[in-house]
Amino acid sequence: MYACSEAHPYIRALTPENHKIHRTLSVISSLSSTSASVKPNRTHSSPNPFLTSLQLQPPLPQNLPQISTHLLNFLIYLQSPHPNPIHNPQLTLQINLEQLKTIGRELALGSHGSNFSQSKEFLDLVKSIGEARSKSEEDRIVIREIETLKRRINDPDTPKRKMKEYIIRLVYIEMLGHDASFGYIHAVKMTHDDSLFLKRTGYLAVTLFLNEDHDLIILIVNTIQKDLKSDNYLVVCAALNACCKLINEETIPAVVQQVVDLLGHAKEAVRKKAVMVLHRFFQKSPGSVNHLVSNFQKRLSDNDPGVMGATLFPLYDLITIDVNPYKDLVASFVNILKQVAERRLPKTYDYHQTPAPFIQIKLLKILALLGSGDKKSSEQMYTVIGDIMRKSDTASNIGNAILYECICCISSIQPSPKLLETAADAIANFLKSDSHNLKYMGIDALGRLIQISPDIAEQHQLAVIDCLEDPDDTLKRKTFELLYKMTKSSNVEVIVDRMIDYMISINDNHYKTETASRCVELAEQFAPSNHWFIQTMNKVFQHAGDLVNPKVAHNLMRLIAEGFGEDDDTADSQLRMSAVESYLKIVDEPKLPSAFLQVICWVLGEYGTADGKYSASYISGKLCDVAEAHSSDDTVKAYAVTALMKVYCFEKAAGRKTSLLPECQSLLEELSASHSADLQQRAYEFRAILDLDANAIENIMPLDASCEDIEIDTSLSFLDNYVQKAIEQGAEPYITENERSGTLNISKIRNHNAYENSTHSLRFEAYEVPKPVVPTKIPSTVTYPTDLVPVTATVSEPSYQPSVQPTWPLVPVSDAGSALGSTELKLRLDGVQKKWGKPTYSSGASSSSTSNFELDRTTVNGATKPDTAISKPREPRQSHAEVSEEKQKLAASLFGGRTSRSEKKQSGKVSRTTNHGEDKVQSATVTVPVTTAVQAQPHPPDLLDLGEPVGDTSSYSSTVDPFKQLEGLLDLSQDFNATAAGTSNGPDLMSLYSDTDTNGNPNQNLNPVNGSVNPSKKPALLTKGPSLKDALDKDALVRQMGVNPTGQNPNLFSDLLG
Amino acid sequence: MIHFVLLISRQGKVRLTKWYSPYSQKERSKVIRELSGMILTRGPKLCNFVEWRGFKVVYKRYASLYFCMCINQDDNELEILEVIHHFVEILDRYFGSVCELDLIFSFQKAYYMLDEILIAGELQESSKKTVARLVSAQDSLVEAAKEEANSISNIIAQATK
Repeated sequence: MYACSEAHPYIRALTPENHKIHRTLSVISSLSSTSASVKPNRTHSSPNPFLTSLQLQPPLPQNLPQISTHLLNFLIYLQSPHPNPIHNPQLTLQINLEQLKTIGRELALGSHGSNFSQSKEFLDLVKSIGEARSKSEEDRIVIREIETLKRRINDPDTPKRKMKEYIIRLVYIEMLGHDASFGYIHAVKMTHDDSLFLKRTGYLAVTLFLNEDHDLIILIVNTIQKDLKSDNYLVVCAALNACCKLINEETIPAVVQQVVDLLGHAKEAVRKKAVMVLHRFFQKSPGSVNHLVSNFQKRLSDNDPGVMGATLFPLYDLITIDVNPYKDLVASFVNILKQVAERRLPKTYDYHQTPAPFIQIKLLKILALLGSGDKKSSEQMYTVIGDIMRKSDTASNIGNAILYECICCISSIQPSPKLLETAADAIANFLKSDSHNLKYMGIDALGRLIQISPDIAEQHQLAVIDCLEDPDDTLKRKTFELLYKMTKSSNVEVIVDRMIDYMISINDNHYKTETASRCVELAEQFAPSNHWFIQTMNKVFQHAGDLVNPKVAHNLMRLIAEGFGEDDDTADSQLRMSAVESYLKIVDEPKLPSAFLQVICWVLGEYGTADGKYSASYISGKLCDVAEAHSSDDTVKAYAVTALMKVYCFEKAAGRKTSLLPECQSLLEELSASHSADLQQRAYEFRAILDLDANAIENIMPLDASCEDIEIDTSLSFLDNYVQKAIEQGAEPYITENERSGTLNISKIRNHNAYENSTHSLRFEAYEVPKPVVPTKIPSTVTYPTDLVPVTATVSEPSYQPSVQPTWPLVPVSDAGSALGSTELKLRLDGVQKKWGKPTYSSGASSSSTSNFELDRTTVNGATKPDTAISKPREPRQSHAEVSEEKQKLAASLFGGRTSRSEKKQSGKVSRTTNHGEDKVQSATVTVPVTTAVQAQPHPPDLLDLGEPVGDTSSYSSTVDPFKQLEGLLDLSQDFNATAAGTSNGPDLMSLYSDTDTNGNPNQNLNPVNGSVNPSKKPALLTKGPSLKDALDKDALVRQMGVNPTGQNPNLFSDLLG
Repeated sequence: MIHFVLLISRQGKVRLTKWYSPYSQKERSKVIRELSGMILTRGPKLCNFVEWRGFKVVYKRYASLYFCMCINQDDNELEILEVIHHFVEILDRYFGSVCELDLIFSFQKAYYMLDEILIAGELQESSKKTVARLVSAQDSLVEAAKEEANSISNIIAQATK
């Protein structure tokens, strides 16, 4: 940020001065015509070293014309014969710009000196920080300042006035991001002061310093209580302001009654603030103000519109929580809204000629809540909403804000066809606008309305695609959100592909996570094929694996294991093989996320050698590589070693000769000495199992058995014989837990430890009987030998039990562990809620009527596909061809051929090229969406709409028309640009060109640079397309304004021309 | 609801911060760093909103000063743009053609004004006149105490000290 530092010192030091000169000169020249005032005289006499110390610089070229006009007036005035207070020999002697500038500065200081109530010391501090060239320099200055303040603030003799300044300096330091906590207590003390002058500063400081949970709050509550009772309403206001920030849940009861009493205060400012404080209290602790609902309702009819407006906030909160008690207020709200819209409120509430827009917006929000799902209430609103939409001024930003809120309201209440139509029109206007802000709002509104009338998106498909292609990230994200909302099984592939591409391109982790989980969600819900699902998941995992929910990884493994869910073995094995192949390709890539590696290891272990394409040594080599490459990730290593174990077991069970690869040997050796008990155990199990004979291994590690159910004999009936024998031989019989209550044996404690470890939380209640060991509860990779012994894992094959039993005594630990090693995964899969799968998919398809289904498929599929073609030429081409073929077939079967294709193609081209004037490639690809859209009109309702796309495209080409329409307005826009150019020279906000402002309205001479909707439309216009005339016109005007490319900042020029 | 208001100069210097939701000092610095990185680098014709940590930040540039407000997902961005503009208009009216310098040197005044416009993260007063009246009422009360300090001799004394 500091790289380019504080602009140029020239600009920094001078520009503001320059504009002040301008300002003061206009003051003077206006004075000359009226009677002279004493004010300038006074200011003359106080040369201020602070300002004169500023470097003198020549004036900015672009301001010269304006300044000189005033100068002229001024000179005429000075030379006029009559005596006046400003007449100063120094001035008349030799008037040159330099001197005038000095005077201007003094004048400026004169009028502003009274605002700088701080000492020179503080002004110097602010100045030196402003001039700091680097963050470290700034930090040095601030640290020095902190030292000074620490010393002085703790001096008991500091006068109060000085103290006030020190507190403000503390605020300044804290604002710059440094810690000023050493002075908090002094700010708190200042709130206790009797003088409002100091108290106000104290309150300001504490509200800026302290959060509601700070320890010092308790020292302020008492003062606040006192101040709320004050008979000076300004003191009360200050206290109420502080209440909002400082009173926390525990201290609310201490002040709430007083605040409620203030609702009846004579001053409207106090009533308004009291309402807002209660609103804040409600947010912090809803229970504390619930009983005050009637008070709010009473305030709703307050005489002062400000109080009424404020009351809408707590009411909105209350209604959000529970609508029903407020249904009877619908009529009142509608009535108020109507009155507001009819300009019944005082003129002072008008904002840019719109009647009380902020109140209107809040009311619309409330109505949206009240009308949701309530036909009767909604019907009361239709008229007023329609009126507002008709009246709203689409040229102003605030008008559009109201329009947008109306759309939100319409999409929330019980739908009215007429209003929906109006809303759709408004959205179309938003989307057609050149302003990115409006496009953004349009996309958002579309996302809302689409829930009610899904067809509306169709006519805007091109606009949506434009937004998706837009370089503006915000707009892009919003568009993805819209796509996410309109995803169907028909268009899921395109949408998810686009989302993944975008996800890969961004760095923002927050948004990456969100996009990844959206992709997963959509893929799980709508996946058209398992293969696609796996490919998609691969991509998501590869790029955001560490950000997605770990559950997703298990779902993926489960899918691969279960296959299609039908008994189609060949398809299943194909799926698995394609997964294995894709993983073998990916696995060598560096920096794969852990979750993805786990999936890869598991799949390779389970199915790597299944169809004999890859040899065991190849797969195990890969697995060893994984374990080696990710030596710091124990979980991955654990997965890898278990997978290795499986690979070798399958080999051995199949009767093939196996010998451990050397790298596998060394891996095992390394793991046997690992710090992780889990890894050690796995390594030992591996070795132990390899020593078994083929038959045993086959039973322990059956091939492709991850989906088999495991029956658990919780009563351990197979041990009955053994127990019987033992008892007969004199062993003590088993006593159940209940009978042994109070005495704990070791295994019990162990059990508890296990549970506690897994939950990571303290348990305060007494030990309870251990729950029966349900396999699904076994925490992920940790194995508990104690749990294992009693559990027999029966892998549904009857032969299992007998053959395993004899091996028990031999290698109890490894055997059990290995059983668990394999069951573990299966078990967890059982526990995972089945999200993905046929049922959702088919139901999704069947629930939406076929017409919808196909339509949407064409809209988005066709429309977005070509765009992928632009970014990635190879992959999309095939999909593109695939889609259009599919579409043709579809259209042919439903519509009987491809009509009007060529015609459409053309209009598509036109709309596109005029919109962007970009290369042919794009326009060529864009033709496809249009054609497909037309072909996709085979259903009765769409037949009626057949004309739509034409109108649509023509309306698109009409976006060009504003160029012509606005040509007459160009002067204005140039003016705007010129002034913008002038302003960005320095911190001078708006006064430089106040005279040239076209509005002629002195209160509205704020021309934001990248501006509100209206102005921003114009620069966009100017830069769009290489319109020579525009450029020339603009250039001329800007030069006239005194800005030229060789001046201060040549960048200004290139900026505007884009 | 508005969670915070930030005024950042084009060079990334903080001119004013107001936090309506609790943020620790450390979080505040982080927020400012993150947002100035995001907002100051944005081109002039892009939309005035950025999505950030599940919130939306609405910003608007006036000369070299960025006014930013952070709001919830479901708030109306265009409305907030106008809230910002409302604030600037009131500043403009108070300072008389406000410029960045005014805010640099008189930031506490800007805070007082902001307190009359926003409260608890919501717009409390949409009438410019009412705000102006309240602020001037406070100023006039304070004026008595300041009278002495603002006398010319005092200015000279301060300046030459």
